[in-house]
Amino acid sequence: MGEPCDMVWSAERTTPAEVESALSAMLVQRHGEHASCIPARTLNLVCIVDARSRADLVERLARLGGYHASRTIVCSVEPRRTVISALVRIGSDMHPRPGELAVLRETVVLALGERHLTQLESIVDPLVVADLPTVVWSPADYDDAVRALLGLSQVVLLDSVDEPVPIEAMWRARRWLEHARVVDLAWVRTAPWRERLAATFDPPPLRPDLRRIRGVTVRHHAGSAVAALLLVGWLAERLGWRLSPLARGDRRREGVASAPGGDLRIVLCPSPRQRVQGLAGMTLETGSGRTLSLNRAPGGLLAREREHGGEQRAWTLLGASRGESGILGEAIRQALMPERLYGPAVAAACTLAANR
Amino acid sequence: MGIASLPRTDPDAALVAENPLADGLDRDPVHPTALVVFGATGDLARRKLLPAVYNLAHDGSLPGHFTLIGVARGDLPDDGFRELAARSIRRHSRREPDEAVLERLLERLDYLPGDFDDEGAYAALHHRLGAADRGAGLPLNRCFYLATAPEFFAIIVRRLGDHGLDHHASAAVRVVIEKPFGRDLEDARRLNRAVLSVFAESQVFRIDHYLGKETVQNLLALRFANELFEPIWNRNHISHVQITAAEDIGIEGRAGYYDATGALRDLVQNHLLQLLCHLAMEPPIEFTADEVRDEKAKVLRAIEPPAPDDVPRVAVRAQYGPGTVGGEPVPGYLEEEGVPPDSTTETYAAVRLEVHNWRWAGVPFYLRTGKRLTRKLTEIAVALRPVPHLGFGADGSSGVRPNQLVLVLQPDEGVALSLVAKVPGTRMRLRPVHMDFLYGTTFLSQSPEAYERLILDVMRGDATLFTRGDEVEAQWRVCDPIVRVWSGTPGPLLQYPAGSQGPPEADSILRPGDAWRRI
Repeated sequence: MGEPCDMVWSAERTTPAEVESALSAMLVQRHGEHASCIPARTLNLVCIVDARSRADLVERLARLGGYHASRTIVCSVEPRRTVISALVRIGSDMHPRPGELAVLRETVVLALGERHLTQLESIVDPLVVADLPTVVWSPADYDDAVRALLGLSQVVLLDSVDEPVPIEAMWRARRWLEHARVVDLAWVRTAPWRERLAATFDPPPLRPDLRRIRGVTVRHHAGSAVAALLLVGWLAERLGWRLSPLARGDRRREGVASAPGGDLRIVLCPSPRQRVQGLAGMTLETGSGRTLSLNRAPGGLLAREREHGGEQRAWTLLGASRGESGILGEAIRQALMPERLYGPAVAAACTLAANR
Repeated sequence: MGIASLPRTDPDAALVAENPLADGLDRDPVHPTALVVFGATGDLARRKLLPAVYNLAHDGSLPGHFTLIGVARGDLPDDGFRELAARSIRRHSRREPDEAVLERLLERLDYLPGDFDDEGAYAALHHRLGAADRGAGLPLNRCFYLATAPEFFAIIVRRLGDHGLDHHASAAVRVVIEKPFGRDLEDARRLNRAVLSVFAESQVFRIDHYLGKETVQNLLALRFANELFEPIWNRNHISHVQITAAEDIGIEGRAGYYDATGALRDLVQNHLLQLLCHLAMEPPIEFTADEVRDEKAKVLRAIEPPAPDDVPRVAVRAQYGPGTVGGEPVPGYLEEEGVPPDSTTETYAAVRLEVHNWRWAGVPFYLRTGKRLTRKLTEIAVALRPVPHLGFGADGSSGVRPNQLVLVLQPDEGVALSLVAKVPGTRMRLRPVHMDFLYGTTFLSQSPEAYERLILDVMRGDATLFTRGDEVEAQWRVCDPIVRVWSGTPGPLLQYPAGSQGPPEADSILRPGDAWRRI
């Protein structure tokens, strides 16, 4: 693999039309110089961030590797700025050798003021690649700006663990769901857990145990109660549990749900050992005395099963950790795919988290 | 019927029928499985199967209870096999292994030395599978993967049957058979009989790894999910089809296998005919394994095998001679280590076939494959007929060619459509341009290796991308006359320089006016 090759253009006091024109010229020039450099055409990602967090965001996006958006437009907000400036970069991670192709990534960083936010659509619209899905993400809660872009975007990306109060995070997600598809990083973090739970109960002789669940305990990063709520919300929706708000006490949440096979106890508790956002582990207990726990471990999730007779078994559900950049990349990939489980899980999580 | 007589719904029965947690997930769960690889220390296992299993583990796609038992003739301790697997994975995996995942995966590997005809090995295998079931607390599905030389396929299948390993009261048992499936029609029939005397057809997964490639599957999506193509997908609009599988490499130290096989058996009889089937088949009612395979079998039945006298007019074979590849001199086939100096094994084969049905009558399908060609390329090119009248001046439209739709399987998976466009300027001058769709630029996911998809499908019991027994026999029926004529014709063979486009004599099978695409 060769070295990366970048082209850069910048301008103060510029306009979207000028930026678009520069982008087009750069793409033509790059393709003329290297026919093997080709633009990606997957999706547009529009990020709105305050100027102080811009560098962090750009660095986070740079770590996405192959999961980058085709064109990323970062709107960096400086409260008192009155004019727009732009920095455009197109490049690839490699300089293609003969016979190889290099997919270009295009990044536009716009510095703009708060006064531009309500008119953001007219600034961003000329810059997105037409006919591609557009995802909008505001890690810094510029909800008004996101709202201004709903006309041109199909997907809202958010991370519900950024919101310190879980019920407010869920209400916010539910509001966005009324207007757009939502990809929530907190939900993406639960995906391996959902897949492994589904697989664990997939052998037909084990499926009836799903009706006999009498207890669910989810252990989570102290700041990721939302991920635990979403996981239990998903289970509840899939298995037909009737939920009530969980009681809060000493950082735990617990309560009782009513399931077709009888009541069950739900406990969500922070795990001090969990260093990164997301879930640390979970335990399911069934009425037949079977206990299944899944916990993060090197190389995947460590499953431990105890039968009602006391027999114990442990195995690892293999899978590499994705890391935060992998989760963001996966979220961007999911923006392209239909998802019908998140909305019902959010609705259930709203019930569980209703006691602030 | 009164309410009292309504059947009661058993909620457990509903759950047994359907797993509510699996619904809507990105990936379907895979049943706990024991994968038994015969030939586990061989080239295929080391280069493809073990890295594919690792990548499935990396992605979290393997079932929780999974064990891989390697069976081979060499006397290795378990640790020796694990070391071999670790080396193979580090060398051939499409991604850098995660050491924690690799370490946990290696713990699931087990090794069983033994000859493939050795009764004791199968008794030991029976025992180990039972132990794996007990360890998991439930019966694991069994997948027996025959990655051995073909002469062992029938022996292994028979021994599996002898030892009752072909069935299980409460688990699925499947057998995966690598190519080549037989050396000719009679041999393929014999092997089918041997396999089907032990296993039901639904348990048999005859692998053709080309079918696991994204572009082959995308061919079905392209044809059957786009209104654009169906109206032109017939003899009225398509002039001819070219299917090419070119390699720049030689035989890479596999003289023993290759010299006994040749290009026709190695690629045309299986991969290229399967590509032809995907391109030419009618739309299935549903994309289930048997519906798809029924349609492919119909295409194969519609191909009339050439009469012996016609073989020289529809098929060309050749061997690579010395030449230059990538600026480096390379030896000819007959100078390769292990190749007999008087070998008449072809390293290049080109064949013209016709599909005699309503849709395709009169459309030539040109299939070609070769080693040591100018570059590595696998593609299907659909050449459309020229427009009936080109009203532009001859000066301005001299470079105009009929449209072509090209599906590239490797190296850069994608689809390209050649169109004609006006050259910017004051005069009306035309030239061909390309509209490209590349997987790498359009989807945010790396295509898995074909073997990853296929191993996963075997574990799930989905045979859509595998070749059914009647298809294999129909493929041989098409190629058998060519095999017989070629094996009865003395050498030496035509030679083409290594690194070239192949023998110019390949033009002789083309219909007047048709030309090979440049590789």
